[in-house]
Amino acid sequence: MGSNYDDHVVFTDYTLNQEELDHIENVLREYLVKSGIRSVLLIDMAGNIVAKCDDGTCEHDLYSLAALASANFAAVDTMAKIVGENEFSLLFHKGEKESIHFSRVNNEFLLISIVGKELSLGLLRLKIGEAVEKIKHLR
Amino acid sequence: MAFVNMRTKEVQAKVVYYGPGRGGKTTNLEYIYKKFRDRIKSDMVSIKTHGDRTLFFDFLPFDIGKIMGYDVKIQLYTVPGQVKYDATRRLVLKGVDGMVFVADSQEEQRKKNILSLKNLQENLATYKKSIFKIPLVLQYNKRDLEAQGIPLLSLETMEKDLNSQLKVPFFPASAATGDNVVATMKKIISLTMTSLQSVLK
Repeated sequence: MGSNYDDHVVFTDYTLNQEELDHIENVLREYLVKSGIRSVLLIDMAGNIVAKCDDGTCEHDLYSLAALASANFAAVDTMAKIVGENEFSLLFHKGEKESIHFSRVNNEFLLISIVGKELSLGLLRLKIGEAVEKIKHLR
Repeated sequence: MAFVNMRTKEVQAKVVYYGPGRGGKTTNLEYIYKKFRDRIKSDMVSIKTHGDRTLFFDFLPFDIGKIMGYDVKIQLYTVPGQVKYDATRRLVLKGVDGMVFVADSQEEQRKKNILSLKNLQENLATYKKSIFKIPLVLQYNKRDLEAQGIPLLSLETMEKDLNSQLKVPFFPASAATGDNVVATMKKIISLTMTSLQSVLK
């Protein structure tokens, strides 16, 4: 075994200051939760929760959800590469009462939205698209 | 790649248990979950096959309280040990802050330990991380089997095989009985937090 690698990465590859975190939470609340999304999480690719916002009715175990969501996204992304796709653009798990939508924000972050059946997938994608535009420059 | 939220004063760090298949990685987490049940708010998540083998990972979030004014959440993960699951194993290593390598002390597992450690080095390298620099603890598991007359590798042999160049802390342990499971976890948490300390100041 040789020690040939540069490694000073013990901290996140991104930095967000207080203002940026405020901005993110504001976007999550104004664009998503106020449009009827029950709970929204901004997570990094390692499964850490960066920011979250909900309508007060969600009592899910968000830390486990974030860990599973990042792993699920990574697995699907790898499957896409295997079949020669850059990515699968729509990731949506539909449930009877609640569904989960995944959206890549940039190379660092994923947006996970939990919605009830009252919100259509089209409107959901539109709102998420708007929110992603507002935060995708952050890293 | 721990996430430090300066605003909510919260730190999330990722510790991954690695090692050959059937070495006791999941059993380590199960013991911790059982032992600290009153302090762990959520359930342990396991994605396993019908044969009870880890398919993707196990996940256990563990609040360890306040360090330097920050609420520290350690996310404990295991990887699937079986050779064929290398792709998923690599995914779990994304953003890892600290590692426990769980080696199987049984004599017949000697080669598998060495191959798995080598595999860890290669997989860390895909994230441009060096096995020599990441916080790492070795655990020589299944020491309890000696009492049942099963031939085990001596600690000296395991040290020579796995730790002669790494020179990291190691623990003879038994995940099944819980012996040194908590000591291993405490050590890796302390090494991981030390590596993050400069950021928290």
